Amino acid sequence: MSIILDKDSKIVVQGFTGSQGTFHSKQCIDYGTQIVAGVTPGRGGQTHLDRPVFNTVHDAVRNTGAFVSMILVPAPFAADSIMEAVDAGCSVIVCITEGIPVLDMAKVKRYIQQAERSGREITLIGPNCPGVITPGQCKLGIMPGFIHKPGRIGVVSRSGTLTYEAVDQLTKRGLGQSTVVGIGGDPINGSSHADILAKFEADPATDAVVMIGEIGGSGEEEAARYFKEKMTKPVFGFIAGKAAPEGRRMGHAGAIVEGGAGTHASKIKAMREAGITVIENLSEIGETVAKARRPLAA
Amino acid sequence: MKLLEHEGKEILKARGVAVPPAGGVITKTAQLAAAMKRAGKAPWVIKAQVLAGGRGKAGGIKLAKTPKEAKELAAKMIGMDLVTHQTHGQAIKVKEVFIEGGVKIERELYFSVVMDRKNAGPTIIASAQGGMEIETLAEEHPEQIIRMPVDPNVGLRDFAARRLAFQLDIPATHTGEFVKTAKALVKAFIDLDCSMLEINPLILTPKSVAALDCKMTTDDNAAYRHPELAKFKDHEASALELEAKKYDISYVGLDGTIGCMVNGAGLAMGTMDTIALAGGSPANFLDVGGGANEERVTRALNIILKDKKVKAILINIFGGIVKCDMIAAGVVAALKKIKLKVPLVVRLQGTNVEAGKEILKNSGLPIIAADELWDAAQKAVAAAKGN
Repeated sequence: MSIILDKDSKIVVQGFTGSQGTFHSKQCIDYGTQIVAGVTPGRGGQTHLDRPVFNTVHDAVRNTGAFVSMILVPAPFAADSIMEAVDAGCSVIVCITEGIPVLDMAKVKRYIQQAERSGREITLIGPNCPGVITPGQCKLGIMPGFIHKPGRIGVVSRSGTLTYEAVDQLTKRGLGQSTVVGIGGDPINGSSHADILAKFEADPATDAVVMIGEIGGSGEEEAARYFKEKMTKPVFGFIAGKAAPEGRRMGHAGAIVEGGAGTHASKIKAMREAGITVIENLSEIGETVAKARRPLAA
Repeated sequence: MKLLEHEGKEILKARGVAVPPAGGVITKTAQLAAAMKRAGKAPWVIKAQVLAGGRGKAGGIKLAKTPKEAKELAAKMIGMDLVTHQTHGQAIKVKEVFIEGGVKIERELYFSVVMDRKNAGPTIIASAQGGMEIETLAEEHPEQIIRMPVDPNVGLRDFAARRLAFQLDIPATHTGEFVKTAKALVKAFIDLDCSMLEINPLILTPKSVAALDCKMTTDDNAAYRHPELAKFKDHEASALELEAKKYDISYVGLDGTIGCMVNGAGLAMGTMDTIALAGGSPANFLDVGGGANEERVTRALNIILKDKKVKAILINIFGGIVKCDMIAAGVVAALKKIKLKVPLVVRLQGTNVEAGKEILKNSGLPIIAADELWDAAQKAVAAAKGN
């Protein structure tokens, strides 16, 4: 078990034949991910990376049984691609694309909510994220596969390379991961920290979770509330951006402290009060989790 | 991007929102008479054009009843250092002032539209208490704040705007004008991909509803579909930040002494935090991006070095798709072009890390290598202090 993806996940890639799509799809296939089809409008009927290419996600889903989509199309078209995947019946959508207008994501959210009202369950991960990996089973995204190792720690994060840093520290201390989820750095995204914590809580293959947040928004505060009310598994939290000034966007569109909201201090306080183990030093993520896990391992 | 008051008002006026008569922006008192003429009869309002709220209390908004008074006030305001509660203790130099005709104010309201993360879409925030800072209002009178989510596919419907008018206790004489204005403001927010549009105050005049101020922030991700906004300059970014942006490097200047080059925004913030934790202070945020190669590394180093406060540099790269040996080769090549006078600490981790370290070691360049981030941060802090 794991969350979101496993070895049986059948995947279609939107933006399959582009340079990014080709490069990253190949890396995923090499890892063992079951990419069964690609979509590029106008190139239906062709074969790319030994996989069939379809004009539409509908065609790909109907012909291959794929129920997961990874999106690697340019930002101006990415929101439409997400909605196409929803309409075609995909239940898991991982959108890697960075730079999607926030308003487009607001419309996507409503589109998904509408589909969910008819009883469907849809998990959108991203956009602007490294993707999802269940080590040893399925890598769907742009993260380097080799730093991961199968195990029982769940990881959820808003950032790419910061996640790699945390995962690397865990792996080097012998702590493998059940699933690593990058939820993305945009102000409006598909899944929140709390959404992913709920999935890890329900997953028998996950013992503990590392949650990596950053300044801006209130996702970490909501996750802390969820943890306090519903969660039994331990969570270790780190928040980036303590040294960032207010009112300036730190790369990610979502990483900005506005009007005093979304500060590092408020997130740390919320996590601490909820009982989450707060890690102040980025270099100590692996060590802190390892120390806490040692008595259990014995 | 944040727009100045007069820029935002120009946009709103073209979209049917009433604003006071504009006399234009001036940078010298010699331009004042013409601006006052354009703005019409006395009184006139002189407003500092800076990107910070709280200008009124700080002396950045003045009312002039006579031309003589206007001249004195404008002369004083142009070039003044403005410190408001939103400038974090720093002074902003006033380069431009905006001249407007005074209008009769019957009531002041607060009206804004923000891109609300929780509701995942635009939300109107309004209050019958205008003119106050919304943060203060939220603290002191949270019950007086109205929040109304808006469907981004539809905008503000008539009934919703009317409901808002009744909630704000708008008199029957002004309901029609208010509905029209509120709808136009929400439409502007959606049409222009705003992340914030704040009118504080929105006023009732004897016959109309008008925007007395305007703070507009647009979504940089959507800039590609708004050629009409291309003429507005980014007033917030420094020259260095604009240069970095040109090369697609995300850079924000800070006050410290340790220049940072990192791949990925989250890790860049985490690196700044680690430097601070190790007793140093970061000189910048810099995300060199996913496609970091020799050219980008060189450009990023050049940008960091233009900040004269920098006493040491820390490069922290976690190789994922980017390979450490490529980065190392990039750093070595860049250092052959740039005469580096400050110590450089490089920490590589991830894909091809061993090959990367070999390249740095064999380069013969005085690079301080580090394996772990904490070690790298401590070495950079020591180097910046001259140890």
